[in-house]
Amino acid sequence: MARRPKRARKPAAPRRRTLFSALAGAARGPAQQRLDLRRCEQFLLHEARLLDDGKFDDWLALFTPEAWYWVPSEPDQADPYETVSLIYDDRRLLETRVRRLSSPRMYSQEPRSRTSRIVTNVTIEETGPLPGLPRARGREGSGCVVRSKFMMIEFRREQQRLFGGTVLHHLVQSGGRIMIAWKRVNLVNCDAPLDGITVPF
Amino acid sequence: MMQDLSRFVQPGRVHRQIYTDPAIFELEMQRIFGVAWIYVGHESQVKQPGDYVRSFIGRKPVVLVRDEEGQIRVIHNQCAHRGSMVVANDKGNAGEFQCCYHGWTYHLDGRLKAVPLQHGYPRDFDPKNPRTAMVQAPRVASYRGFVFASEAPDGPSLEDFLGYMTTSLDDMVDRAPEGEIEAAGGVFRHAYDGNWKLYLENLCDAAHPWFTHRSSIDAAQRQSDDAFSDGSGEIAIRQMRQNGAPYSFWESQVGIWTYPNGHSYLGDYHDDAKLVAALKDPLFRQYIAALEGKKGKQETRRILEVRRWNSNVYPNLSFMSQFQQLRVVHPLAVDRTVVCTYNFRLKGAPEQLFRNTISFANTVNGTGSLVLTDDLEIYNRIGMGLSSAGAEWIEVGRGLQSDLPDAHGGRRGANSTSEIYIRNMLDAWLRYMSNGRAQSALQ
Repeated sequence: MARRPKRARKPAAPRRRTLFSALAGAARGPAQQRLDLRRCEQFLLHEARLLDDGKFDDWLALFTPEAWYWVPSEPDQADPYETVSLIYDDRRLLETRVRRLSSPRMYSQEPRSRTSRIVTNVTIEETGPLPGLPRARGREGSGCVVRSKFMMIEFRREQQRLFGGTVLHHLVQSGGRIMIAWKRVNLVNCDAPLDGITVPF
Repeated sequence: MMQDLSRFVQPGRVHRQIYTDPAIFELEMQRIFGVAWIYVGHESQVKQPGDYVRSFIGRKPVVLVRDEEGQIRVIHNQCAHRGSMVVANDKGNAGEFQCCYHGWTYHLDGRLKAVPLQHGYPRDFDPKNPRTAMVQAPRVASYRGFVFASEAPDGPSLEDFLGYMTTSLDDMVDRAPEGEIEAAGGVFRHAYDGNWKLYLENLCDAAHPWFTHRSSIDAAQRQSDDAFSDGSGEIAIRQMRQNGAPYSFWESQVGIWTYPNGHSYLGDYHDDAKLVAALKDPLFRQYIAALEGKKGKQETRRILEVRRWNSNVYPNLSFMSQFQQLRVVHPLAVDRTVVCTYNFRLKGAPEQLFRNTISFANTVNGTGSLVLTDDLEIYNRIGMGLSSAGAEWIEVGRGLQSDLPDAHGGRRGANSTSEIYIRNMLDAWLRYMSNGRAQSALQ
């Protein structure tokens, strides 16, 4: 049975960039580069490209072993435990989601969707607290939270859909690689009646 | 064409047109959704005077509201003056309702309260005339907190309409140690391009998971339990694996029961072994202790031996008492449907139990769920398939020769894979659509 960390009841204490830098500095070896805006932006573009190319296994490999991926069903949703979510995957469920995406019998992806994403307005969050974010777990607490805007066009069968919103990534460095400790996708129309969502944002 | 609707249903089969014809859909809105008891919400959504939520009777937008005296009302969301929608928010609390067009103001029960510039209206203008009120649904009734409205001034009482299905609603409420449940945890609104009837026809279908949900079954079966879970994924994966139970399970362990007015439930045969298995779960033991503390050992045992899965109250409600899920079907057009799904908290149960309810909801009702998305695909494909006149008839005859009478005035399948619940809904459909005149044609 997996560990079940207690839910964070208080928002995290305000954090500043200096604190982030100090934490990152303590964790990284001498050869490790700083997690600056340019590298974060490059990482997000890389992630978007993997998703558009349907390389979901490679996308999964970007996540840390205790990562979570969350698409809330309400604006400003406080947590994924007391309110339903369009998607809330802990690491185990995210692995199952990605494995299913490669199944030839995933009928909701027969035919496959084609997607095209734009990622922009990338900033590194300088101060906390970040309302509505469950506490990052364990050793994955260092790194930075990156905010971006996205638009995704999805085409499948005869229909084209447009999704858009704000994405928060908690990025950390591990062995010289950038990884996703958690990712939260705030769709602008998260509480609208929606047809099925099969391709991750 | 509308003179004889019975020609669309024959023993064990039904004509595709009832799922695709806009004229039949319009008639359904009048003769089914304009007559039957329609689920509109739960009392816990409007706890205090002035609390309201928007809802629908068929395609008609209504407001479910608790008035100043604490009485539940269902009023049509239209201004009596020029017809504008009055209540614009999904939910809230209000002392009165005011139209934003010319300021007509209404009491919470829909009666007109005040009108600006009243002197300018015709001399016989009377704020007490029902013509100047927001229209109330003629009949509103609750069963243990579940609120239904009927647009027919006369007809069977809510309890007569529900019949034996009251026991499924009882099961939903009895599971709360404090004997009360409350809507909580948000709502999913998922949509598909298909007829509203398809949704309820799938909810008790025990023969489809093996095929439709193959991709999530396979992916869950191959999932390592060593990967990190905070509990959410664990519940989801367990449920997906259960969908992969072999046919022998559905044919020996599960049953389907149907009752008058189109209602049905899919259920587990009572099996003490399953109860014993659940007893090993510390959370469940904690829950049982809470139940026993309030209700005693004997009553607790009786409650937990009721094993209902999906219960359908025709034409717009489906719920699952075991995990406190409730879905409401909103027909938008003959080929477009929205389903809203809700969760309930069992008062007096351990907090963690509600987290399980949420995880379960994400798994089976979530718009991005690994399970529901394949069901939505099926509804879309049925919609596309039936739009062709290439084949005219649909087969719904599984179990036709083996169905059995039930002790409570209904009929049941020999096992859960019978399509008896579809035939039962179509019987109700034909009766409503012929204004009560047509006899059973399918059974």
